[in-house]
Amino acid sequence: MTNDKLNKHEWPLWEVFIRSKAGLDHKHAGSLHAADAQMAIENARDVYTRRMEGVSIWVVESKNIHASDPGESASLYDPASDKIYRHPTFYDLPDEVKYM
Amino acid sequence: MTVHSFQEHFDSLIDREISIEPKDWMPDDYRKTLIRQISQHAHSEIIGMLPEGNWITRAPSLRRKAVLLAKVQDEAGHGLYLYSAAETLGISRDEMYDQLHTGKAKYSSIFNYPTLTWADMGAIGWLVDGAAIMNQVPLCRTSYGPYARAMVRVCKEESFHQRQGFEIMLTLSKGSEVQRKMAQDALNRWWWPSLMMFGPPDAESPNTESSVRWRIKRFTNDELRQKFVDVTVEQAKVLGLEIPDKDLKWNEERGHYDFGKINWAEFYNVIKGNGPCNKQRLDARRKAWEDGKWVRDAAMAHAAKRKERSATKAA
Repeated sequence: MTNDKLNKHEWPLWEVFIRSKAGLDHKHAGSLHAADAQMAIENARDVYTRRMEGVSIWVVESKNIHASDPGESASLYDPASDKIYRHPTFYDLPDEVKYM
Repeated sequence: MTVHSFQEHFDSLIDREISIEPKDWMPDDYRKTLIRQISQHAHSEIIGMLPEGNWITRAPSLRRKAVLLAKVQDEAGHGLYLYSAAETLGISRDEMYDQLHTGKAKYSSIFNYPTLTWADMGAIGWLVDGAAIMNQVPLCRTSYGPYARAMVRVCKEESFHQRQGFEIMLTLSKGSEVQRKMAQDALNRWWWPSLMMFGPPDAESPNTESSVRWRIKRFTNDELRQKFVDVTVEQAKVLGLEIPDKDLKWNEERGHYDFGKINWAEFYNVIKGNGPCNKQRLDARRKAWEDGKWVRDAAMAHAAKRKERSATKAA
């Protein structure tokens, strides 16, 4: 659906990740257009942190993000689907054992 | 998978209230409907800055000016959240701008009315943002993930918009006789266009049925309009202002307010481009885009130069 003629002058698209406070992971906030990384960070500040939502910003040009294919989810995640013994609730403990 | 089984999988996600994400298969009409709705929504945020921009330099105090400026900045932000949500569906930003600037895409008809007095800033915040919130809160649970996430952000920020508008109306309605009249006049002019914001009546709304089935829309236009009337009439009482509708009456049996007939001819006429400010709004938007071209080009040239320089340094 993209039209090369129309997009010729469009600034590249960036994905924005924000750490909301020290100790937490950066989390995807959204995306925006900017000419370069520095401008992307400045724009991200204005677009995604107008109310002190962040203490750190990451930007990645969207074309550099590689994603799994949802159509292949079944086979991609298949190896984990029959291993309930990886969860602590799989194990029966006697009632006397309180903290484990 | 065949198209049929793709469709079945999609339907089952919708039925189980599981979000649809950008890379998931979706029917063409679902994609088209979303692109239309999200981009119109984005355009409305962007055009919506213009009527208020009119009053930033003339706000009656520094506090009012700072608040109005913050509100208009939020609207720019909301436009940007929504444009990028629409881009995940495969339309480019420039294509959407082009649709807006050529008049191919619509935006909310309310922004084609003029903002004549300061009280209009109050009425817009109270009524227009109030109606927008009524529309937008259910969209936080809409079926398309990026749209829903953008709306969560928008709704969080929007509630201050309505409160600041109500506060302006309250201050005016408690002020001098002239100020009270100004507030009433603004309510008179913005009331009916605000009711029109919910879109045509359900019977004439071509997109409602499929949008409800796909869980893009959670409530119909008429349901949301009724909810808005019920809530807002009570708020007008607090302001001591009168809703300009002689047919407005509490209906005990329905448990809702009955209200007068909406002038749909006016609504369609404004949508067609014949509202008081359609031309002015689009001209202002096009001018901003064209005047900004050298800035966009310069930023790209600067980025290319910097990249080149750091490449030579590295070599």
